[in-house]
Amino acid sequence: MKILPALPILLPMVVALALSLLREDRGRSHGIALAGAVLHLALAILLLMTVLKHEVVVLWVGSWPAPFGICLAADYLSAVMVLITAVIHSAVIAYARHDIDPGQVRTGFYPFMQMLTAAVCGAFLTGDLFNLYVWFEVMLMASFGLLVMGHSPGRLTGGVKYVTINLISTLFFITAIGLIYGLTGTLNLADLHVKAAGVQNTALMTAAAMLLMIAFGIKAALFPLFFWLPAAYHTLPVAVSAFFAGMLSKVGVYALIRMFTLVFTFNTSVTHTTLLVVAALTMLFGVVGAASQMEMRRILSFHIISQVGYMVLGLALFTPLALAGAIVYLVHHIIVKANLFLVSGLVRQAGGAFNLKSVGGLYKTNGLLALGFIIPAFALAGFPPLSGFWAKLLIIKASLESQQYTLAILSAAVGLLTVFSMIKIWSEAFWKPAPVKEQALPAHHNLSLWMLVPVFVLALLTVVLGLCMEPVIRFSVSAAGQLMDPQVYIEAILGGRP
Amino acid sequence: METLLACLIGLMFAAALYLMLSGTLVKFVFGFTIIGNAVNLLIFTAGRLRHVQPPLIPPEHNSLPHAVSNALPQALILTAIVIGFAMVTFLLVLLLRTYAHTGSLDVGEASFLDEAGQEDPATTDQDQIVQRGPS
Repeated sequence: MKILPALPILLPMVVALALSLLREDRGRSHGIALAGAVLHLALAILLLMTVLKHEVVVLWVGSWPAPFGICLAADYLSAVMVLITAVIHSAVIAYARHDIDPGQVRTGFYPFMQMLTAAVCGAFLTGDLFNLYVWFEVMLMASFGLLVMGHSPGRLTGGVKYVTINLISTLFFITAIGLIYGLTGTLNLADLHVKAAGVQNTALMTAAAMLLMIAFGIKAALFPLFFWLPAAYHTLPVAVSAFFAGMLSKVGVYALIRMFTLVFTFNTSVTHTTLLVVAALTMLFGVVGAASQMEMRRILSFHIISQVGYMVLGLALFTPLALAGAIVYLVHHIIVKANLFLVSGLVRQAGGAFNLKSVGGLYKTNGLLALGFIIPAFALAGFPPLSGFWAKLLIIKASLESQQYTLAILSAAVGLLTVFSMIKIWSEAFWKPAPVKEQALPAHHNLSLWMLVPVFVLALLTVVLGLCMEPVIRFSVSAAGQLMDPQVYIEAILGGRP
Repeated sequence: METLLACLIGLMFAAALYLMLSGTLVKFVFGFTIIGNAVNLLIFTAGRLRHVQPPLIPPEHNSLPHAVSNALPQALILTAIVIGFAMVTFLLVLLLRTYAHTGSLDVGEASFLDEAGQEDPATTDQDQIVQRGPS
């Protein structure tokens, strides 16, 4: 199975082709998309098992040896990210059956989702900087398509913001690529690790690193580049916003982790200190921004920002424990955040609106939904024994070990403010009596199983992750070990021959 | 030659940034096109400039007898041009649709600034579907 690392990219592409021929047939589209997603999930599990056995799995595409051709490489981090993508993709596709209307299916919801998944997996698996750029562009194109389905005015102006800022991000990215190639003569990530340390012109190389930091920082919605995210995500269909919220900003975080552990480690006093400050401000501004919002998905969007801050903090501290914390955080956050967005769609169905002022009393009418909300909400806020608690604990412990006491206190305080936001949603949407009003949408008390099951599967995953944390932490520590000491990764890519 | 191109790239970046920051989205498209070309020139220059030296090995030689430009950046530029072209096309269509809805492409206008005006866009979506009917 030499081709295994390419399969999680190829399969969704093939399924996307098939689906683009079936856009008129809503039922069959959904069936094929779901089958494709489940098969993708199986492939992702197979990839993770193989990676666990061999540490790093490499595919030299077209049999070109490493620094010259493009290679796909799966180490622990890549494999687990692909797996989590597949999980969220399956959940979102199942949920989409009753969430995406026929007009949006006709505009190409299913093919776009598959292409987006392919591109996200490509970004996680590639071992070449320019190839990473190409995957980012594919991702952008697919997300643009999903963003403007249906052409509602709110979505278009939100879309303009998303599109313009992301185009600027790609410009930064490719400028950095040009500079790095000029300085080192290579774009292979493993080869860059070897050559970056030997570059004479450290100042220019650091400048290129900062350009990449800005490019990925826009994707990951870091302070002060996050404004586009809450402006765009709440305008999307729920299923799409769940995938975007779970995956897209995390691709930026993954790219940051990859570049700033593998390549740019020669000048940590500049790069990682900048990341440290940015991470702290991101955590703080995200959570404060959420406090002032009343629209459920806008609250959740601001929380994406503050949570991304934790992950980048883990990277910026740059110790094995902190990186392990960042990886646990990534896994936990993607599941929980996608789930909360899915729940927000159910709240809209059951209560008639996203705005917390116009819904209420859902605990009484939809007790099951309340359970589906409270598990991911508590996990996000970091209540033991759910997954968020362990993720936060690792990050805080790592910052204490690095003697960054201010940051440790800040992380704990941001966690507390997260509880405030979650309680706000809880008391407004579920606890208070339903407001008397003319409803924009008729409220349904019988929610579709297609929408409830993904929510509960993800909630169950959160609980299981929290209860069986030990193997997860052990895995994350070895993944962080691979990142901190990339010898195995580099030998696998440069040493072996196709 | 490198210095000249570096200055040119700098000028193009400056002009493009000026256009992109002007606040009119049509100017943003022009700025984006110019800056895309500036970046392509930058990659081209990063591959080193060797004048009139094709990367061909003469029949009696085993390797290149003289220094040539690196050909890989040119391949990268080709990819970047294609992607940039697709992006500009999409951006233009998006702006056209937005203009049809908002009647303005000035980012200072209310429809771009104010998100409170679209409290619950999904609701309006649903309304539109009802109006459109099950066509």
